[in-house]
Amino acid sequence: MRMRDGLLSAAIVLASTAAALADYGIGTPATPEEIAGWNISIGRDGDNLPAGSGDTVAGAEVFEQRCSACHGESGEGGIGDRLVGGQGTLSDERPIKTVGSYWPYATTLFDYIRRAMPLDSPQSLSADEVYAVSAYILMLNGIVDEGTVLDADSLPAIEMPNRDGFVLDDRPDVGQ
Amino acid sequence: MDEFADRDVDVDQPSRRNFLKGSTAAIGGGIVGVAGLATAAQAQQANNLPPNVPEWMTYPGDDTAHNPYGLPSPYEEHVVRKVLGTPKTYSAASSRTPLQDLDGIITPNGLHYERHHGGIPEIDPAQHRLMIFGLVDRPLVFTMDDLKRFPSVSRIHMMECSGNQSFTATGRNTAQELMGLVSCAEWTGVALKTVLEECGVQSNARWVVAEGADAAAMTRSIPLEKCLDDVILAYSQNGERIRPEQGYPLRIFVPGYEGNMSVKWLRSLQVREEPIYSREETSKYTDLLPDGHSRQFSFMMEAKSIITYPSGGQQLSAQGYHEISGLAWSGYGKIERVEVSVDGGETWQEAQLQDPVLPICLTRFRLPWAWEGEPVTIMSRAIDETGYVQPTLEALLDARGRNSVYHNHAIQPWAIAANGEVSNANA
Repeated sequence: MRMRDGLLSAAIVLASTAAALADYGIGTPATPEEIAGWNISIGRDGDNLPAGSGDTVAGAEVFEQRCSACHGESGEGGIGDRLVGGQGTLSDERPIKTVGSYWPYATTLFDYIRRAMPLDSPQSLSADEVYAVSAYILMLNGIVDEGTVLDADSLPAIEMPNRDGFVLDDRPDVGQ
Repeated sequence: MDEFADRDVDVDQPSRRNFLKGSTAAIGGGIVGVAGLATAAQAQQANNLPPNVPEWMTYPGDDTAHNPYGLPSPYEEHVVRKVLGTPKTYSAASSRTPLQDLDGIITPNGLHYERHHGGIPEIDPAQHRLMIFGLVDRPLVFTMDDLKRFPSVSRIHMMECSGNQSFTATGRNTAQELMGLVSCAEWTGVALKTVLEECGVQSNARWVVAEGADAAAMTRSIPLEKCLDDVILAYSQNGERIRPEQGYPLRIFVPGYEGNMSVKWLRSLQVREEPIYSREETSKYTDLLPDGHSRQFSFMMEAKSIITYPSGGQQLSAQGYHEISGLAWSGYGKIERVEVSVDGGETWQEAQLQDPVLPICLTRFRLPWAWEGEPVTIMSRAIDETGYVQPTLEALLDARGRNSVYHNHAIQPWAIAANGEVSNANA
């Protein structure tokens, strides 16, 4: 797909041959409605975030009802992962990896809660509820203030503490 | 692997030794001589040994196809997948292949390791769809029948969980407990390249985001270059339709990459310029290094091996000849060579590789060996076709610290005691 310029003309010949062979005519066109219904992925820049909004106060209520049984009253963890604390511990002997200490993008919080949480009833929260509980979890981590309202504009603007904490795979590092 | 899917536990594994002890009376095998077992049952079993006619020759056996889907012998009922300890959530956990009880290179479908993030959905294939959208000229929806109309491909590949072999867990003794998150099968389906070309990938595309139809809507981003190389949209496993635990009716199979990339119950592929930075590729499946940074998109499973006989929990029955046997594999391609040490890593001998040696596939190795009855430590190391040599645990810990969680591919040593007991030499 990505051809070097010098090979472009040869590539076009090959591509047209391949296209003729690959034109199986199998499959049905996906309609915009079908795609919209299934595309629940949110990019790190917030692309595809839905309309709606929620604040930390509403989020506290959602958390209490739908999250705390597994993640603890204050996000300290239980059956589910610990969500709060641990900032500054990643190079410690016992690092604590949470939303606040480890997750690089706040948008991933919306993406993951909507697609997979709560564990017993995924995709049951409304967009407003997901914005709200995302705001609450970020507040518990000291990343946003109480009363913060999150929506498709404000969520991607949040700078997570570990945003720059990731490096690309540089293996092999051992064993050569 | 989440922490709770890979936690420290002390497991009472039904070992080869226990099985043999426990079933001596039942099968009247070659281990008679365990003192004090001269029971009535044993006496009765002796009636089946030479020179007597075995009892099961004296009447007709079960009718043909009395099990329409065949089952292993009841005497093999200990050869099963195993969940370590008590996971906090069984819907998000893993189970392990009993490597020490298997021969050859193919993992029976019922024993292929599992790792689920939201349980095993029961999917009606007639109601399952694969949608391909994003940076394509023709977004398309495919039924299972559609996908089976494309030209098919079939290849034998291993798959390994990134969390196979903990850096820190204790209390694990068998090959299954220590390294049972690797399996191998013949995967049949359609080359993803074929289907992507049907959709027309646009020139700015770089990644394909696969999403499962499970309760976790499991999501991973795969480089487009890999998708156009050897990735399979698989609907069959060892000849039959993929098992529900492996993604029925459809999974994406990404050879050589960590197992969770091979998203099960595949329902959509979004072609993108950027990865999606899902929870599974940010907060999980990233490898924390000593300086506090984490490796991201660490897909490749590096060269690795394990001796499966003799291995932890087993018992050498006698001094003298034993065939050391094990498995080696690499995400980078073929296994070039396997070396075995029977003196704690001082000297190494080249093992024989069983044909066929296939790329990104379990490779069986063997080495004849005579045990003199002395305590020894045995181990294997794999060398793949890139020349990469499987490292020691010490070398890995030096480079990566103890908190990487994933991608431990260290040499596994087994200690054999004077009484023939085999155990994890790292314990």
